[in-house]
Amino acid sequence: MATTTSQMRMPPANVRSLRLGVRGYSLTIKAVTTLILAAGAAFIIIPLLYMLSISLRDRSQVRQGSLDLIPMRHVEVSIDGREQPLYRVTVDGTVREMALVRRAPGGMGLFVDPAAPAQTYELVLREQSPVRVIAIHPENYPEALTVVPFGRYFFNTLLVTFVGMIGMLFSCSLVAYGFSRFRARWLNVLFLVLLSTIMLPRQVTLLPVYVLYQNIGWVDTLLPLIVPQFFANAYDVFLLRQFFMTIPLELDDAAKLDGASPLQTLLYVIIPMARPALVTVAVFHFLYAWNDFYEPLIFLHSRENWTMAVGLQTFNALYAVNTHLIMAASVVMIIPPIILFFLSQRIFMQGVVITRMAEK
Amino acid sequence: MFNIKHWSLAQREAAAGYFFITPWLIGFTLLTLGPMITSLYFSFTDYNIIDPPVWVGLQNYTRLFNDDLFWQSLRVTLYFAVLALPSSLVLGFVLAILLNQDVPAVKIWRTIFFLPSVLSGVAVTLLWLMLFNPELGVVNKLLEEIGIKGPGWLSDPNWAVPSLVIMSLWGVGQNMIVYLAGLQGVPPDLYDAARVDGAGTLQKFRYVTLPMMTPVLFYNLVLGLIGTFSYFTQVYVATGGAGGPARSTLFYNLYLYQNAFRYNDMGYASAMAWVLFVVVLSLTALVFRSSSLWVYYEGELRGRG
Repeated sequence: MATTTSQMRMPPANVRSLRLGVRGYSLTIKAVTTLILAAGAAFIIIPLLYMLSISLRDRSQVRQGSLDLIPMRHVEVSIDGREQPLYRVTVDGTVREMALVRRAPGGMGLFVDPAAPAQTYELVLREQSPVRVIAIHPENYPEALTVVPFGRYFFNTLLVTFVGMIGMLFSCSLVAYGFSRFRARWLNVLFLVLLSTIMLPRQVTLLPVYVLYQNIGWVDTLLPLIVPQFFANAYDVFLLRQFFMTIPLELDDAAKLDGASPLQTLLYVIIPMARPALVTVAVFHFLYAWNDFYEPLIFLHSRENWTMAVGLQTFNALYAVNTHLIMAASVVMIIPPIILFFLSQRIFMQGVVITRMAEK
Repeated sequence: MFNIKHWSLAQREAAAGYFFITPWLIGFTLLTLGPMITSLYFSFTDYNIIDPPVWVGLQNYTRLFNDDLFWQSLRVTLYFAVLALPSSLVLGFVLAILLNQDVPAVKIWRTIFFLPSVLSGVAVTLLWLMLFNPELGVVNKLLEEIGIKGPGWLSDPNWAVPSLVIMSLWGVGQNMIVYLAGLQGVPPDLYDAARVDGAGTLQKFRYVTLPMMTPVLFYNLVLGLIGTFSYFTQVYVATGGAGGPARSTLFYNLYLYQNAFRYNDMGYASAMAWVLFVVVLSLTALVFRSSSLWVYYEGELRGRG
């Protein structure tokens, strides 16, 4: 069968000559494809560039709402003690720099020369261009990070993310090992139960779990976000189990012959072999814990316990006029995932594991 | 029996298996099964967290059916699903097909399209709030450049849900990657066979790619449907948790949250959670059952052959 297929791949001579005409056609397709992809990529990238751009403007620049990606500022000059915007105007065919002192009806503007402010010129406003210079405000970042205790939020988020990750890796490895290497009457049934919990909406269990944490004094601490990670979750167990199944059983047998206990086999045979799978679930856990908003919002009440997601949302609710500071804080929040993303791209492009994120 | 020395090999193996899954067994009992039963019980009670629950029978459920806001939240959720799911399916699939071609810099495109999926929902929503600002936002400024007066977006009850849909399409790369993995899993032999049979590009797509991809498309559709009922972060951030303007973005999960944690009406919120559970279960069952009509699984081919 295989040989027939490979023979078929070679087209007969008359078809081969047809191909030459096809080449120009496929080049057009390639160009159109690239154009569509570029348009789509612009739709992704441009908003992010504006996020960065706005984060570097001051409040008056934000209020001007200019479309420039590089933050610009209107130059102003003092006319009779008031700051007025400077324009490059055309008067009698010559270009001069003048300040706009007043808008007049009919789209006109009253301009004066700063050197000789006595004489006013009435010109069509739309035809004159404002004098602008680049004005970047990196000081927004320290301001945004100190106006609310972002350092504290950052620390809390790190704690939740990394302690939770350790718990998840520890518990899910044990459970995945149990489900991949041992035969017992109920194990298969329990595995199906585990898989079915993937479909269970989080809201069905959330309220009693909240009441439980309330009763043991865990509400408004980081514990509800960390401790459950030590009890495994269906996604990561499933992914790790699938990977463990691909590790040859002969390795286990060899370890057993050497006198290794099952726990030792897990530690010294399975875990080292499963490193790529462990890295994958760890990366996805990082993104999940770093970005999660729902559970921190529900379980954390006082400001000093918030994670970055909750802190950022509240920042927006309280300081909505300071768009530039909100964007600066948002940029800070998305930088760690972006770095992680570029460091571990291969993992994201496998596709199989992605569905996990869609669910969470 | 309990003396380990007398255990058979099979018994020891079973014991080891159960030992290793203990973390999950504990978690499942305490954080899933127990809470499920408790929340079912709560749904038949009047419970405000402070006082003990009072049994009220089916009252919460009958109240749901007469609650305009409950119906509004269902409408909003389904409206979003109807707009967002087909468009993200088509867009994601088209992108995946384009990226599966031999185009230059494939890796760079893939990276760009997937990037939004790793970003914080809160930060992304704040970004779009800024872009959608009716007066100063980039979107309306751009529309102004080409002579269109943009709508109020998130501040307009008619445009609020479509705005959230546009926002969600920004993250379409997540679907794209799943479809791309599916496309790359189609055996090349099938395309060769189709070519031998004289199939052109369109026919190859219709008779090879599409049938091979339906399980993936279908799986994503089910997940997307369930996901819509959990939609929360974006709408909470965009509307400050209110679901405005004029309750036009009162998503199901947001209304559930409001009942539970704003009004401390745990019994009512639990009833909502169980209605949600039943809806999700039946939707999943419905889609799975209808799937045999249009989803093609590889196994069927073997069965027929």
